[in-house]
Amino acid sequence: MTARIAYADVEVGTELPARTFPVTRATLVRYAGASGDFNPIHWNERFAKGVGLPDVIAHGMFTMAEAARVVTDWAGDPAAVVEYGVRFTNPVVVPDDDTGAEIEVSAKVAAKLDDEARTVRVDLVARSAGVKVLGLSRAVVRLA
Amino acid sequence: MALDQSFTGRTYPPTEPYEVGREKIREFAVAIGDANPAYTDPAAARALGHPDVIAPPTFVFSITFAAAEMVTQDPKLGLDYSRVVHGDQKFRYSRPVVAGDVLTVTSVIESVKSMAGNDILDIRGDVHDAAGEHVVTAYTKLVARAPEEDK
Repeated sequence: MTARIAYADVEVGTELPARTFPVTRATLVRYAGASGDFNPIHWNERFAKGVGLPDVIAHGMFTMAEAARVVTDWAGDPAAVVEYGVRFTNPVVVPDDDTGAEIEVSAKVAAKLDDEARTVRVDLVARSAGVKVLGLSRAVVRLA
Repeated sequence: MALDQSFTGRTYPPTEPYEVGREKIREFAVAIGDANPAYTDPAAARALGHPDVIAPPTFVFSITFAAAEMVTQDPKLGLDYSRVVHGDQKFRYSRPVVAGDVLTVTSVIESVKSMAGNDILDIRGDVHDAAGEHVVTAYTKLVARAPEEDK
């Protein structure tokens, strides 16, 4: 494990570079295939609306994967993430057009946990169309 | 109908081994749009100290969630899967998943609760490699919403 960021160089409040991730229907079809999650709420508008959703929604695990990229890109080595958890608070609604939806992710160092293990807690916020899509979103990251 | 809370603590037998392939990791990395070379280039992964390409942090969910079907499809538990939504997800890693890993998952029902007519099921999936070493544990909270007529 070879994190690029040194524990000594971060403070509580240090912001990670924020990112915006696009998601279209094509993204969801590809993710369904790669992950093996073929639940029709993620690709079939008729089915999604039939179960009371506003439209097709993104896989929660897709949103969780996108949010993780803010942390792994910052840390350098994805293996620096030793713990990662989220709550799925609202769905990412993905319309059937060429632009789809966007997932905006910001993150900051919320705590320095352990000087020996050089671990920090990063708190993430993910929003789409103005609503929070991930809550209690936290990663524990082991720095250099 | 509330789930049987006596299922709390129940452990299911380990899954058949899942062999992690480089190309499956690549397919997943492309699907999440992540160009990190640690996922696709063995030399880049080795430069970070890994024996081969590693998987993105959430990759293992496909394996643990398939394993959790033993729980969610258990006729004795009687979960109405058409009403289930994914509430929370957490991973605790001992090390990253690496191409070539042969992984087994042991699923445990950590708790069964009913709140306001909803059934809340916490499932833990302990993932071990071929040597029996711990790789990662996945914690999955599923919420089965109450049927309309019960409200």
